[in-house]
Amino acid sequence: MSLLRHTALQIKEKIISREIQATKLVGQVFEWIKYIEPKIQAFITLNEKGALEKAAEIDKKIENRQKVGLLAGIPIAVKDNICTKSLNTTCASKILQNFIPPYDAFVVNRLKEEDAIIIGKTNLDEFAMGSSTENSGYKITRNPWNQNCVPGGSSGGSAAAVAANFAFLALGSDTGGSVRQPAALCGVVGVKPTYGRVSRYGLIAFGSSLDQIGTFTRDVKDAALLLHAIAGYDSYDSTSTQVSVPEYSDGIEGGTGGLRIGIPKEYFAEGLNTEVRDAVKSALKIYERLGAKFVELSLPHTEYAVAVYYIIANAEASSNLARYDGVKYGYRTGESRGIIDMYCRTRSEGFGNEVKRRIMLGNYALSSGYYDAYYLKASKVRTLIKSDFDAAFEKVDCIICPTSPVPAFKIGERANNPLEMYLSDIYTIPANLAGIPGISIPCGFSKAGLPIGMQILTRHFEEKKMLQIAYAFERETDFHLKKPVLKGSTV
Amino acid sequence: MKIERKNIEYIANLSRIELSDQEKEMFVHQLSDILSYIEKLNKLNTDNIKPMAYSLNTTNVFREDKLGQPISRDDAMFNAPSKMGVFFKVPKVIE
Repeated sequence: MSLLRHTALQIKEKIISREIQATKLVGQVFEWIKYIEPKIQAFITLNEKGALEKAAEIDKKIENRQKVGLLAGIPIAVKDNICTKSLNTTCASKILQNFIPPYDAFVVNRLKEEDAIIIGKTNLDEFAMGSSTENSGYKITRNPWNQNCVPGGSSGGSAAAVAANFAFLALGSDTGGSVRQPAALCGVVGVKPTYGRVSRYGLIAFGSSLDQIGTFTRDVKDAALLLHAIAGYDSYDSTSTQVSVPEYSDGIEGGTGGLRIGIPKEYFAEGLNTEVRDAVKSALKIYERLGAKFVELSLPHTEYAVAVYYIIANAEASSNLARYDGVKYGYRTGESRGIIDMYCRTRSEGFGNEVKRRIMLGNYALSSGYYDAYYLKASKVRTLIKSDFDAAFEKVDCIICPTSPVPAFKIGERANNPLEMYLSDIYTIPANLAGIPGISIPCGFSKAGLPIGMQILTRHFEEKKMLQIAYAFERETDFHLKKPVLKGSTV
Repeated sequence: MKIERKNIEYIANLSRIELSDQEKEMFVHQLSDILSYIEKLNKLNTDNIKPMAYSLNTTNVFREDKLGQPISRDDAMFNAPSKMGVFFKVPKVIE
């Protein structure tokens, strides 16, 4: 088996035991990327030089028997809306095309402290606004399983990078499903932690009450490893919490004896693709065999979640994106008549259509005369959605449902209908509104050979239990071990 | 909710975005569709429901007002599209 197919934990073991040098591994990674990336387009910026320098540093540490970090020598990709000091960070927007952050995001700092090797910055829908990675200002990322299909989004580049064996691990961000949905569509494991679990410092803001940095990995144990490395309190993010971070890998093999699984009927209703439904139902049979009990339940306000989300997320976005004015950083228009004209031209030339659409929707929902009807109304319905989960978790330990209503769809298929695109996130959005954690794990394939993902949701700060439940399924199945066949593949 | 061209022009101005006639036409349709979808919230009675801004209970996080390690002025200004000495340079503000 080629080195590049290993899990992060396996590769770390090989590096620490000096079976392979980090510099050699990084060399292989970039060789493979150069060969396959033209077909996939997962990256906006590659960091080959920086990666090789870091790898040499780690090799030296290991040679000198110095202590190394939790992620020693593991090549990782980072979504391009997470700030990396001295490394271009574009948010896939023309408005930030030359932006070089003067600081590292909290999570990037953690990766560096733990000796991970950042290999590049991955493509996304501009400002993380989208569900297909087609809205990037630079390129369209393709699904490694079928290059005519989207990888999902908005963290499509990170999901594709892990699925295509470019990176062992990747970071993304999840505002309404942007980690879990692409993980499902690319056949990898995606975790959105509890709101407040991971610092958002250095994550370029989209919907601040919803945004959370999450992980892409090849299996559940790798997710536990990476989450442990990035979770925790940060004084630079006032919404990050002081709740202690458990050792997520401890007891991960504990099984699911006596587990009560909630099956919400609204998540198996009209609009769900039959192949996805069948795959999730078959997965549930495995939990049944493992001794879990099912509780049929209702989350009655689910049908309102998408509407609530598109008011709240866009209201927050319209405010967050007001900072792109062509003054302090980013793109500025060439000629202008006075400062207001400069703002208008800069923003009109710098933002793509989806971003403009959302800024306008958000400003509309917040504007005088409409605030109560839209923003306030949505904030109240948000309370009802959270209460649905609170009531459900009185009766069950977790909720299992599909991650996405469909497997990967064709590039261009939904691009001209924003509303249809928004409905791609129907099963992932409620967790962001309620702030609870969620994981998507591979649970099957469609007849066309596209991956299908299953979502597990738990109470706030119960990531450890969530990972344990996910691992119990993964241990019984081999969906996570399947790899896309990439043409000319030697891996 | 039917959005009209004048609504689009009003919110585009609030958003500091300039639109061509063709773009205005496109956004009239798309925003009308989205807002019609959002109308479904009106089916719910929310009279006695408290609005929620965050999913956690944290309010008013305070800290000591101590000097940290700020980013240097040169670093902070590095990305400026136009500058003059230690200032950001912008077009004329007052006519």
